[in-house]
Amino acid sequence: MSARITRADVEHVARLARLALTDDEIEGLRADLARILEYEDTLAGLDLADVPATAHPLALSNVLRDDERVSSLDRDEVLAAAPDHEDGRFRVPRILDEA
Amino acid sequence: MSASDLAALVRSGSRTAADVVDEHLGAIDDRDGEIGAFLHVMADGARAAAAEIDAVVARGGDPGPLAAVPIALKDNLCTRGIPTTCGSKILDGWRPPYTSTAVERAVAAGAIPIGKTNLDEFAMGSSTENSAFGPTRNPRDPSRVPGGSSGGSSASVAAGFAPLALGSDTGGSIRQPAALCGVVGVKPTYGAVSRYGLVAFASSLDQIGPFATTVADAALLLDAISGHDPRDSTSLSDGIPAVTPSLDDGVDGVRVGVVAELTQADGIQPRVREAVGAAAVALEKAGAEIVEMSLPSVVHALAAYYLIAPAEASSNLARYDGVRYGLRVEAEDVETMNARTRDAGFGAEVKRRIMLGTYALSAGYYDAYYAQAQRVRTLIAREFAASCDRCDVWIGATSPTTAFELGAKTQDPLTMYLNDVCTIPSNLTGAPAMSVPFGADGDDLPIGVQVLAQARAEPLMFRVARVLEESSP
Repeated sequence: MSARITRADVEHVARLARLALTDDEIEGLRADLARILEYEDTLAGLDLADVPATAHPLALSNVLRDDERVSSLDRDEVLAAAPDHEDGRFRVPRILDEA
Repeated sequence: MSASDLAALVRSGSRTAADVVDEHLGAIDDRDGEIGAFLHVMADGARAAAAEIDAVVARGGDPGPLAAVPIALKDNLCTRGIPTTCGSKILDGWRPPYTSTAVERAVAAGAIPIGKTNLDEFAMGSSTENSAFGPTRNPRDPSRVPGGSSGGSSASVAAGFAPLALGSDTGGSIRQPAALCGVVGVKPTYGAVSRYGLVAFASSLDQIGPFATTVADAALLLDAISGHDPRDSTSLSDGIPAVTPSLDDGVDGVRVGVVAELTQADGIQPRVREAVGAAAVALEKAGAEIVEMSLPSVVHALAAYYLIAPAEASSNLARYDGVRYGLRVEAEDVETMNARTRDAGFGAEVKRRIMLGTYALSAGYYDAYYAQAQRVRTLIAREFAASCDRCDVWIGATSPTTAFELGAKTQDPLTMYLNDVCTIPSNLTGAPAMSVPFGADGDDLPIGVQVLAQARAEPLMFRVARVLEESSP
């Protein structure tokens, strides 16, 4: 699975990761990812078909808690830390294309 | 002076908490300009906490086992109303609305938070050079790095700014800087210490743990902060056994595995190898049985880690989107705002890991990379478990090298990643491990020997560490 990383690959992943990379960053990351993924290819040759993937480092079973009301964080204090808010809610730029 | 001696003086009324705090704030004033361990010094808060402790003592009360001991906090531990930056511009100026459980418990035991310490941005790095606010320097030689990512915490303890510190360890970020600064650093069993209020990097690997100048002090702090917390569903329901009561029980009859992959691997400096060998001799003299062994799958730990950790990070760091806290770069529409905010707010290493993790999780690559890495993780855990019929604990190097010069490893990411080669296996398995200072190299730079134990076997791990501390050259 030797990874040949193209500029288009980096741009695609950057879009998924919501990173507006500069041209220089795209080229630098292309080279870095290619080099790191080449190292990661050392895992590809291992025959692990019979080994289950780790889901949790220790064998914990499901964790349940009592359904009790507890106080949550103070809304005004939380909103005060936001870049923008209005009427008790976070405010963001427009989401849909309409004006 | 050790944390336990300091606490004893304050509890007995022989010394005031105010005096203890002033002495440590003075040390920070004198030398932190050079070292750069702190991003934020909590001078007023520390003095106020000291006054409260002195009032408790004056009334005849007991402020706790860590009474008035200044503690430095890695700046990815949330502290209510106190800046918490994670070493990142994206959280510059943020003041959390709550405090992490580990910090609350240390404070409940009497410790006094004295400041927030520098770190590689979001704990991603091994030298503290990835901080958006500049590097921290090693108090043993300021031309060198303190290790990372908890370099500010290890440096603050090594420099005498605080007898205790808290850090977080995802791939070695407590143990490696402890080794490079010549202090004790512990990564407890996954789930031993609540992660509530620890800003998440890689949630299946992250664990909070102590730094101290002595094994006994690290034990005191671990006993104070460990235990179940309903606010972290991954915290162990029964916690871990207390480590302090059996600290001096010795190692007579304990079987110690010397792991070839953590001792002889390429890149481990000869003086570091010799230190591990000398540690084995010291343990044998103290009554332990030494078992030379190989755990071959450990050589794959680094490659597995650099898929799993970035994958989890890419998901965890999705929350920095310019909406709820921290930086926002304004734009016409929300997606452009998200993407510009993240490009402006994150540094190069964080972007590299987000990109790597997003790639490894993306359609068509998931099985080849992420799922394969999680199978390697099982393989390594099985190999450690299978070796338990031959030994009770394992030892090896903490860091392949002693402290290196600033800038020496910043050109190539893989070169920096190799610093974690000996510490990563314990994060993958969830088992505890700690670093103990054991001698120095030809430049008088400290060497750390790592003690690895089975899950929840911290008491035995600390007994081994205590013997190493007493026999350190």
